[in-house]
Amino acid sequence: MFKRIMVPVDLTHADKIEKALGVAGDLAAHYGATLVYVGVTAPAPSPVAHTPEEYGKKLANFAADKGIAHGVAAESRAYTSHDPAIDLDETLLKAVAETGADLVVMASHIPNVADYIWPSNGGAVATHADVTVMVVR
Amino acid sequence: MSDATNNQGIPEPEGAADIIDTDYQIGQDNIETQIGPFGLDIHNPVFAISGLAIIAFVFYALALPDQAGDFFGWLRPALTTTFDWFFLGSANIFVLFCLALIVLPVGNVRLGGADATPDYTYIGWFAMLFAAGMGIGLMFFGVLEPVYHMALSSPLGVPSPFAEDGSIIPENVEAARQMGLAATIYHWGLHPWAIYAVVALALALFSYNKGLPLTIRSAFYPILGERVWGWPGHIIDILAVFATLFGLATSLGFGAQQANAGLDHVFGVPVSTTVQVLLITGITAIALVSVLRGLDGGVKILSEINMVIAAVLLLFVFFAAGATNILSDFANGLIGYAKDIIPLSNPIGREDTGYMQGWTSFYWAWWISWSPFVGMFIARVSRGRTVREFVVCVLLIPSLVCILWMATFGGAAIEQVLSDPANSAVKAQVIDSYNPPMSLFAMLEGLPMASITSVIGIVLVIVFFVTSSDSGSLVIDTITAGGKVNAPVPQRVFWCVFEGAVAIVLLLGGGLGALQAMVISTGLPFTLVLLVMCVAIWRGLMSERRA
Repeated sequence: MFKRIMVPVDLTHADKIEKALGVAGDLAAHYGATLVYVGVTAPAPSPVAHTPEEYGKKLANFAADKGIAHGVAAESRAYTSHDPAIDLDETLLKAVAETGADLVVMASHIPNVADYIWPSNGGAVATHADVTVMVVR
Repeated sequence: MSDATNNQGIPEPEGAADIIDTDYQIGQDNIETQIGPFGLDIHNPVFAISGLAIIAFVFYALALPDQAGDFFGWLRPALTTTFDWFFLGSANIFVLFCLALIVLPVGNVRLGGADATPDYTYIGWFAMLFAAGMGIGLMFFGVLEPVYHMALSSPLGVPSPFAEDGSIIPENVEAARQMGLAATIYHWGLHPWAIYAVVALALALFSYNKGLPLTIRSAFYPILGERVWGWPGHIIDILAVFATLFGLATSLGFGAQQANAGLDHVFGVPVSTTVQVLLITGITAIALVSVLRGLDGGVKILSEINMVIAAVLLLFVFFAAGATNILSDFANGLIGYAKDIIPLSNPIGREDTGYMQGWTSFYWAWWISWSPFVGMFIARVSRGRTVREFVVCVLLIPSLVCILWMATFGGAAIEQVLSDPANSAVKAQVIDSYNPPMSLFAMLEGLPMASITSVIGIVLVIVFFVTSSDSGSLVIDTITAGGKVNAPVPQRVFWCVFEGAVAIVLLLGGGLGALQAMVISTGLPFTLVLLVMCVAIWRGLMSERRA
């Protein structure tokens, strides 16, 4: 049913998205799909990596580990954004097209009152992506 | 859990830069939490202490307005007169250092590593440099300063063309006209941009090439070592946040007064604090929208719009005042600048202390107190450029544009004053009485379509304030988040609104003058910071070349 599953990850909070990662891995194993881990970083140094190139390498290592853990093929794709806090939704939607994903599995917070002011990332991607989106809470 | 998620065992990137090996992890001092629905990611001492110190100073200025006014009203001039040689000498060092970087082989080092590509196109980059660095000043001083230096301040002892009774002395005209332009260009040319370039280069080098967090303290790593993550670093960052926020808030407050004067002149809107508070609220609201749209969708677009409107006004004045006249003013100003830059930048043995201390030293202290903000912002948008490209584009090209701007606006104004002094509105507003906010409008009155161009002028002033406010909010947000550029969005909203609120409170409570004087006083410690940055840049570039 699904051939390529895109999984947006925030490497600084990888522990918080354990559930979504597990779900993505299980789905990939079930459907024989490839996992594509997508991360977005700024050009400036962050807690995870000193440069975007280093971030790309870390994401690739992360993807390789996950692929082995779930027994499926795994790829990664790192994006650089000038203002990640704002451009995240746009970058993820672009990533959906560029990775050729037909399913997106992402973590999102429990909806709260702030979502009336501006939508969560999960909400934005689910609303605007052309493909199936699963928001794991 | 794989250890790609923590920061140990960091691999060396290939072909890239010379990462500094430090145990400090960006964000390790941060408190990450939630207040209701809003996330928070703040650097522990810096955010809290900056915020509290700012509130404390605002209270001080409101509770003891006379004392604050007297103290800072004494302190700032005392510093700029006593240390005039220090400010001028340091600024000369920065210019020479930057020029050296253009010609030396270290200029080949690329910010972000050998494989980095520029983040922005030239147009977007220039627009943002200008809008953050200098836009408001050009609007405010573009007419005022050339006329003032021509007629009143006698830089290098060049006599005024006006006699005591207001008649013109023909033999003095040529020299005064050239000096009016040259003395102004000196203040808006190589020196201020060298100040910004030094800070921006230091921050960009230590972040993009050395992997340290994007905060002011990172440039001190070669000097202070690991201590830079403790209190010495905290103090540097707190001082930077402090100077930036008060610099922006007091400029905003004064800017609202200027815009009010302009609106009164063109539309008859009454000059009152209500109008000014509304202006500040409006500017903050637009800045907020820009900040919410982010760097590319907000700040960059507004800066580009600014640049287009400013270019339109510049071209209009250029042609309306006579293109050949302005071109000869441009040449005249450039020749005067080249001829007089060394005497004008001489830090010792000067006799024209009124000009040197009242203008030059004051300006240098002011630019230096703004340099953490402007430098950090320029660093943020400059990844991927080589050092040579960076210095040429941050130093030489903006200087040329400022020279053209001063030649156009100042040249047109000087021509109005000298050709018909009795009827010149500029003479009335600058020489006979001193009414700086009106100088631009007075000059535009002497050209056709004055009501339209005056409106464009007001719009331009307002939008330049917006672009300063939005880029300032992003800078303060980054410093108080310990160098993280992706802190939760509510934080930058907080700083943007806080800045507007401080401006309003000072405007109503009467502390604008006192606290602006305070900000400029921080120019003295920051000059030391910049000198240290030159050393740090040099050492950093040398190790890049070897890596």
